[in-house]
Amino acid sequence: MESTVRTTGGVAHLLPDELEAPPLSLGELTWRRFRRHKMALFGGVTLILLVLYSFGGAFIFSEAFANRTETGARLQSPSAEHPFGTDTIGRDILARTIYGGQISLLIGLTAMLVEVFIGVLVGSLAGYYGGKLDSLLMRFTEAVLTVPQIFLLLVMAKFFGDKIPNLELLGRTFSGSVIVIILIIGLTSWPYLARIVRAEFLSLKEREFILAARATGTPTSQIIFRHILPNSIAPIVVSATLGVASAITLEAYISFLGLGVRPPTATWGNMLEGAYNYIEEAYWLWLFPGALIVLIVLSINFLGDGLRDALDPHSRAI
Amino acid sequence: MSNLLEVQNLKTRFHTPEGTVYAVNGVSFHLKEGETLAVVGESGCGKSVTMLSILGLIPIPPGKILSGSALYLGNDLLQMSDEELEDVRGKEISMIFQDPMTSLNPVLTIGRQITESLRTHLGMDHKQATKRAIGLLEAVGIPGAASRLGDYPHQFSGGMRQRVMIAMALACQPQMLIADEPTTALDVTIQAQILELAIQLRDQFGMSMIWITHDLGVVAGLADRVVVMYAGYIVEEGDVITIFENPRHPYTMALLAALPRVDRHREHRLKSIPGAPPNLLVEQRGCPFAPRCEYACERCWEENPALTPIDGSGFAGTSTSMPASVPASVSASVSAPHRIACWVDIKTGKQR
Amino acid sequence: MNGPALPEQHAPPLVQVQNLKKHFPVTRGIVFERQVGAVRAVDGISFHIERGETLGLVGESGCGKTTAGRTLLGLYPATEGSITIDGHDLRRANAHELLAIRRKAQMIFQDPYASLNPRWTVNAIVGEPLRVHQLLKTEKERDERIKELLELVGLSPRHLNRFPHEFSGGQRQRIGIARALASDPLFIVCDEPISALDVSIQAQVVNLLEDLQDRLGLTYLFIAHDLSMVRHICDRVAVMYLGVIVELAERDELYDNPLHPYTQALLSAVPIPDPRKDRARRRTILAGDVPSPLNPPSGCRFHPRCPVAMEHCAHTAPEWREINPGHWVACHAV
Repeated sequence: MESTVRTTGGVAHLLPDELEAPPLSLGELTWRRFRRHKMALFGGVTLILLVLYSFGGAFIFSEAFANRTETGARLQSPSAEHPFGTDTIGRDILARTIYGGQISLLIGLTAMLVEVFIGVLVGSLAGYYGGKLDSLLMRFTEAVLTVPQIFLLLVMAKFFGDKIPNLELLGRTFSGSVIVIILIIGLTSWPYLARIVRAEFLSLKEREFILAARATGTPTSQIIFRHILPNSIAPIVVSATLGVASAITLEAYISFLGLGVRPPTATWGNMLEGAYNYIEEAYWLWLFPGALIVLIVLSINFLGDGLRDALDPHSRAI
Repeated sequence: MSNLLEVQNLKTRFHTPEGTVYAVNGVSFHLKEGETLAVVGESGCGKSVTMLSILGLIPIPPGKILSGSALYLGNDLLQMSDEELEDVRGKEISMIFQDPMTSLNPVLTIGRQITESLRTHLGMDHKQATKRAIGLLEAVGIPGAASRLGDYPHQFSGGMRQRVMIAMALACQPQMLIADEPTTALDVTIQAQILELAIQLRDQFGMSMIWITHDLGVVAGLADRVVVMYAGYIVEEGDVITIFENPRHPYTMALLAALPRVDRHREHRLKSIPGAPPNLLVEQRGCPFAPRCEYACERCWEENPALTPIDGSGFAGTSTSMPASVPASVSASVSAPHRIACWVDIKTGKQR
Repeated sequence: MNGPALPEQHAPPLVQVQNLKKHFPVTRGIVFERQVGAVRAVDGISFHIERGETLGLVGESGCGKTTAGRTLLGLYPATEGSITIDGHDLRRANAHELLAIRRKAQMIFQDPYASLNPRWTVNAIVGEPLRVHQLLKTEKERDERIKELLELVGLSPRHLNRFPHEFSGGQRQRIGIARALASDPLFIVCDEPISALDVSIQAQVVNLLEDLQDRLGLTYLFIAHDLSMVRHICDRVAVMYLGVIVELAERDELYDNPLHPYTQALLSAVPIPDPRKDRARRRTILAGDVPSPLNPPSGCRFHPRCPVAMEHCAHTAPEWREINPGHWVACHAV
């Protein structure tokens, strides 16, 4: 190890060639830690495959095909022509799982975005400012928490389901019930994240580098957005990831009960509803959408676990 | 005086995802009965890991004791089973640590923790153990000892907790006490109290002590002999007077020159050691201190020097008279060998 | 307590603190919080610092020295008292004036691991003051300045885009120093800047601080608990105990001739790296623990632990008096 001692105007120092490791940003560090988690990698890969399945599959089957009923071909078991079989009104299940996947993922993602936006906003303001604002926001958060999520979903979906018109987007028709579901899941899931973000802010704002920023004269908005928020990304990302899985599961619940997304729009959840009466005779009605739900929830959960460990600021890996 | 503890060529490594940490690299030292040995070094030098290895307190994996022996009264601690070691720990050899908050169980009362040790090791019944526990707390200077048995660790201040730790460590009257930086986190006036207590108890029980620290001031007041560590190696060994008045290893000298003095007018700038602490992930080929050493020669980069006596008799040989306050054990230790691990003789500039 | 009289000098002191107090309220109640007491962390301190001087502020944990340093820079709002830096009254300053003061008065922190944002590069960290105070118009000029600052503290400019975790403790502390120097300050509060560093690195950083002071004409408030280091680097020293200053004097005068019993005990407790000397001296060992600032003792705060306490001491707080020129003490026994 070479060392050079040099004096610059009386300051003797060693030129730090002793930083031996190549530059490793925190992103690279995180990726390295993540890579070690076999299950998380499996989860990540599976998730990517499922996304490809749902969105790539649209190039093979058109939506019209997925919705095309053919009563003559109803309840056919899997065959070469219909690899996943057909449902009670003759629609191809494979195609429906593809489009259903799109909706389920869409709901998961968008609901998560709503949840993250509100949760981070409330949590950061409550955590940073403290005092009366904190008390107020936390009481509000707790109030929202007391609302039983599924019950509210059921009631709201039933009530608004028919009232909201279908949405035309990118040449596709989405049932209005999708919007309702997304909003309700998002609007009832944010308290968990808000509490986590608040806890992060409460602890981070006492950290010395925040004090240093204040000593520098940095304005409060910069402290919140440039200093604290980037350091609380970890729990937000983990929570958001798990939030997607949670939203997908919720949608499956209520759609299964017949109160979720309305036909003809397919979701993995409402496909299960149709299968209820045919559990024994036509296993293909529930097996494929069910397996896909399990797969996606598992893979997201594994991914979330891996992210949680990889983003843990306490482990000092090189 | 016979050797209570004799450690030979101890090597400990840690296998981490980042690589192998060469924590202790062939450390040999001994402790005589009734002696106080100070182990000095900065963070990462391996002083704590050495002692933890001896007592079997290193988690294995990721740790691994590669080689070496640690003879306690003739029995090799490194070869003992867990049960045998448990018998030794607390009863024969006790250890106290820097942070009493993490070494004391926060959910058990102090009384319970002390009596537990007494009942396990000495087979006392509850009444006897309680009586003894009160006596111990009084001996370490905790006021109202009897009433404090029912208190939890968090109800004591830092200095008091450290006293409780000492009480627990001494409960079974061990032969040897290993103290791992017990006063580093304490205020200086509290540190003075604890050091005074330690000296008093040591003299009272005739205990042998190994005191790990980075504070050379503490060493000066407490130790009979000193061992200086760097990067998992011992670089200098000698009695306390010699180490401070006649250090011969460049690192020891540099450490002493970097210290400001509370009792002297400021004479000159502190002499800083250039560079940074060594990287323990690399197995050292030459002397680990070479990159920062102003006396480094060619050989220092190639070969790692072994710990050898200063040329001459191998004894420090100072026969200057000592003030009366210097305890007998120090005077006795003055005949201890003065060894350094260095290729260069500082005094002459020639190679050793 | 009155502060020391202003010495006859042509320039007024750079920093002037008068009867500064900082109390932290203790509250109870879950729904409606009410104040039941206060932690009197800083309870009336007065001192001044001349330009180019280093004033040491020493004391043990709980004495309030760190709180004093932070309140001095307005990081905690003062409960009472006045703070004047370079002629500006800190407590009366509006946002604009406060920003100007922050340019001139900076801080170095104790923990090299916690005082740098782990997600920012060295470039961003050292450049933040330049950005916040809008110094230097072009990005090129800013980059040049940042490189200059890194070299000034002995770090290679090649490491601009590295992150704090890639550096050692001593190097991180240098980054913190570079950041403090970025806005070209007059005054720096050094809050235990070397306590978390190894002995061999401490000397490096202290030498650096001294060199910078000579070169840039800086004024320091050096907060520390290491009395040996304070003797080495400071011109004058103030000793704090439980929120108040008990003694203040020129450096050698304080160490050679301490008057307050606490100072005497403190100095005698410091271990000396000289075995003959350390074992020969007589120590004053204080009884008891450092009390809590939540409920300080009545009268003289030190009286419960004081080896020479008289009955008088429990009732009346001692007066802050100048015993010898420049040597101030608050003690009834002096």
